Amino acid sequence: MSTEASGSGGASTATPPMIKAASVDKYFGDLHVLKNIDIEVPRGQVVVVLGPSGSGKSTLCRAINRLEPVDSGTIEVDGEPLPAEGKALAALRADVGMVFQQFNLFAHKSIVENVTLGPVKVRKVSQSEARTTAMELLERVGIADQADKYPAQLSGGQQQRAAIARALAMKPKVMLFDEPTSALDPEMVQEVLDTMTSLADEGMTMVVVTHEMGFARRAAHRVLFMADGEVVEDSTPGDFFSDPKTDRAKDFLGKILTH
Amino acid sequence: MFDFLTEYDVLGAFWVTVQLTVYSAIGSLIWGTILAGMRVSPVPVMRAFGTAYVNTVRNIPLTLIIIAMSLGLYQTLNVALAGDTITTTNFRLAILGFVLYTSTFVCESLRSGINTVPVGQAEAARALGLGFGQVLRMIVLPQAFRSVIGPLTSVLIALTKNTTVASTIGVAEASLLMSEMIENESDVIGLVFMTFAMGFVILTLPVGLLLGRVAKKAAVKR
Repeated sequence: MSTEASGSGGASTATPPMIKAASVDKYFGDLHVLKNIDIEVPRGQVVVVLGPSGSGKSTLCRAINRLEPVDSGTIEVDGEPLPAEGKALAALRADVGMVFQQFNLFAHKSIVENVTLGPVKVRKVSQSEARTTAMELLERVGIADQADKYPAQLSGGQQQRAAIARALAMKPKVMLFDEPTSALDPEMVQEVLDTMTSLADEGMTMVVVTHEMGFARRAAHRVLFMADGEVVEDSTPGDFFSDPKTDRAKDFLGKILTH
Repeated sequence: MFDFLTEYDVLGAFWVTVQLTVYSAIGSLIWGTILAGMRVSPVPVMRAFGTAYVNTVRNIPLTLIIIAMSLGLYQTLNVALAGDTITTTNFRLAILGFVLYTSTFVCESLRSGINTVPVGQAEAARALGLGFGQVLRMIVLPQAFRSVIGPLTSVLIALTKNTTVASTIGVAEASLLMSEMIENESDVIGLVFMTFAMGFVILTLPVGLLLGRVAKKAAVKR
């Protein structure tokens, strides 16, 4: 694989990178979805992963908290290798926030219950304290007035913002976004992106799989371009959009930036 | 026309039927839920046990199970379930038999309910750091139960009627009294049948209607 610039972000030698993947391979049957992936994400960096569908970007994102186990290679989060399924893995996942394409809010629980569940059951925070924090977070993502409604009563954009609040309630070290706006109606995309941008501005380490080029330009420190299971380009958004190095990236950008 | 009824304790017999049903239903619900948990568990041994148990027990005729409780457990192995009289022992053995049998149907209904819960629900819960047991208890089963109240109602109604099998080991529930009345009141045999048929309909019909409403109210909106 070719790596261009290593991207910006404050990589220091003393602390381990927030995320480190080394020689990661993953197969779905015969399909080689991740090919020898090597990446390091320093603390506070916002990485946007771009690429055509089927390029393995979602799989990479899901592999970081082991929702997709990999076949070979190692993934470390904050210097710790991902443990096997069990208590240790659950503890690690608690520190890694994840936002899904389909929101995946718990359908039988109200919005505020969705947000308090993790802190109460995993972090053992008291119910009242969790509720206070949850209301602050819901205020911050702009849906405090929807706290007692059920997910099905909210619009897609509101549901996704609630899902972001649910992930933030765990006070994660890093946030993973797996195509957070792909299932939204166009007019709701911006409200979710605004929430994500403010999160990026606060210094959260983020890995964002998305098709939102505007967000990549505005909020990302670094762009990874994937194709056929490989990281084909690794550069800053400025370089990637104005001067893509590979034909595949040029082809991809040509297709999405022309319309 | 129904004068003959005064000589028999029909209500008492149906009360035994109700008790058999309620205790067995509670037991089946608990054991059936545990079995369903085993069948979807990541531990292969548990999955194998759950599958083997369900496929064996649900294919054995209930009469055989109930008789095995009495002949096998009690008379051979002396398991009396802490009953001090033969009446309480048989009553408890019958409940155990019903629980062992009915739980397989509860398990399978629940398992189909688990399949209606989108995978993303469990993934989101795991991503928060919840363990397998917590995900099952807090996220998957609550949603699964709501979607299978209908099928579980059928299981409950079947159980109510299945309790008549307890008469084979001498539990004095409704059908045992019916056999007695058929012998003693052979001139009004039709009325005897009608009495007991009505009794069961009175027990099961409201349960079905009530749970039908509950199912509608509890349904998870997606």
